[in-house]
Amino acid sequence: MTYIPEKIMPPALSGVATPNLTAIATSGLCKNHGTLTVLNDIDFCAAEGEVVSILGASGSGKSTLLGCLNLLEMPSAGRLHILREEVALRAANGTLRITNQAQVDRLRTQASMVFQNFCLWSHMTVLENLMEAPLHVQRRNRAEVRDEAEAVLNRVGLSDRASFYPSQLSGGQQQRAAIARALVMKPRILLFDEPTSALDPELVGEVLSVMRALAAEGRTMLIVPHEMAFARDVSNRILFLDRGVVAAQGSPKELFSGGASERFDQFISRFTQG
Amino acid sequence: MRWLALAHIELFRGTPLLVQIYLIYYGLGQIAALRESFLWPVLREPWWCAIAALALNTSAYTAEIIRGTGQAVPPEEVEAARACGMSGLVLRRRIIWPIAIRHGLPIYGSEVILMVKATALASIITLTEVTGIAHKLIASTYRVIEIFVVSGAIYLALTFLLGLAVSTLERRLNTHHAPRRP
Repeated sequence: MTYIPEKIMPPALSGVATPNLTAIATSGLCKNHGTLTVLNDIDFCAAEGEVVSILGASGSGKSTLLGCLNLLEMPSAGRLHILREEVALRAANGTLRITNQAQVDRLRTQASMVFQNFCLWSHMTVLENLMEAPLHVQRRNRAEVRDEAEAVLNRVGLSDRASFYPSQLSGGQQQRAAIARALVMKPRILLFDEPTSALDPELVGEVLSVMRALAAEGRTMLIVPHEMAFARDVSNRILFLDRGVVAAQGSPKELFSGGASERFDQFISRFTQG
Repeated sequence: MRWLALAHIELFRGTPLLVQIYLIYYGLGQIAALRESFLWPVLREPWWCAIAALALNTSAYTAEIIRGTGQAVPPEEVEAARACGMSGLVLRRRIIWPIAIRHGLPIYGSEVILMVKATALASIITLTEVTGIAHKLIASTYRVIEIFVVSGAIYLALTFLLGLAVSTLERRLNTHHAPRRP
């Protein structure tokens, strides 16, 4: 692993420094909806190759944090580094705004998001969904993109569904196609926003096993998971949010064994009690 | 700009097309300044007046259709496009407009058909379109029923062909809604 020189870590992030290259980092990240504080001064950093699960009760701000990481949600204050590059933001009327849309567009293809509701484009086939961003955003060669898309579809087990439209697929297939769409862009970071919460229970497994395989490859993944067992088994680190602040973080072993954080123990006990 | 558009939509949707045609053909001629301007050779022609009235009228309805279809584009599909690095024109051209057109086409198709039938009103400003010719023929032959049946059939043929074109286009664009053949 490469040692990270001091200068590529923003100074404010020194508290959570890791010896690896920083993939994504926030400092002093805040998000307000009017008078409601959703995220309060989040300093967070994920190293390349790390799998981080963001846990928290509903309303704790975990999806908002994930949304802020690729600026689908605009933070109210704070700084954001993606792949050691500071995202240019300016403050206006109590919120941050994008100053350099081209930079954000480029970084979004590198920090690719998988949504709760799949959000495939309904008027395109699975293959067209996959090829859209590589062709029209990244402007890659069509033949190369096609090969790549077919290879990725094969990986997620959807080779025989390339010419299907999203409405013709099951939820699990749609989510696997959405993961494939994120992968074709060759992202350095994958963001998963509750990828299995909209699925029927019997379809959850197929999506989780794809995600498990991706984690095993050493990909950088930030996950807001729906299954505690998955967070415990697959992630390197857990970030526990409580009312918009980081209430606890550490390895799953540290946190799940209990005693590390009272709030986290309370949160987990609600799951184990069923 | 916004107020201008709203006023246009309200004015042309809220008054009868017949009144609009009258006002443009007979009303504009009352303005002396206009009669002396370079526009007069165009505006004194009933043909151009009819075109102007129909265009202003249909544009008001079409504006509302466009507004409605824009709202019908699922926000999560737009968000997914943003998350894939799309913005500005690429986002509109590749995602928003293709989805909006699919939503708007059936409604726009019926607006086009309404417009074809509305051309009948142009006969009142001496324009010799289908209904105008029918009137003239009736005046010289006194065969009311036959001539109106034929002119009705002409409109029917026109709207049928238009409807066919729209539904063919719709079918082609909406393959994703069709059940998949095994």
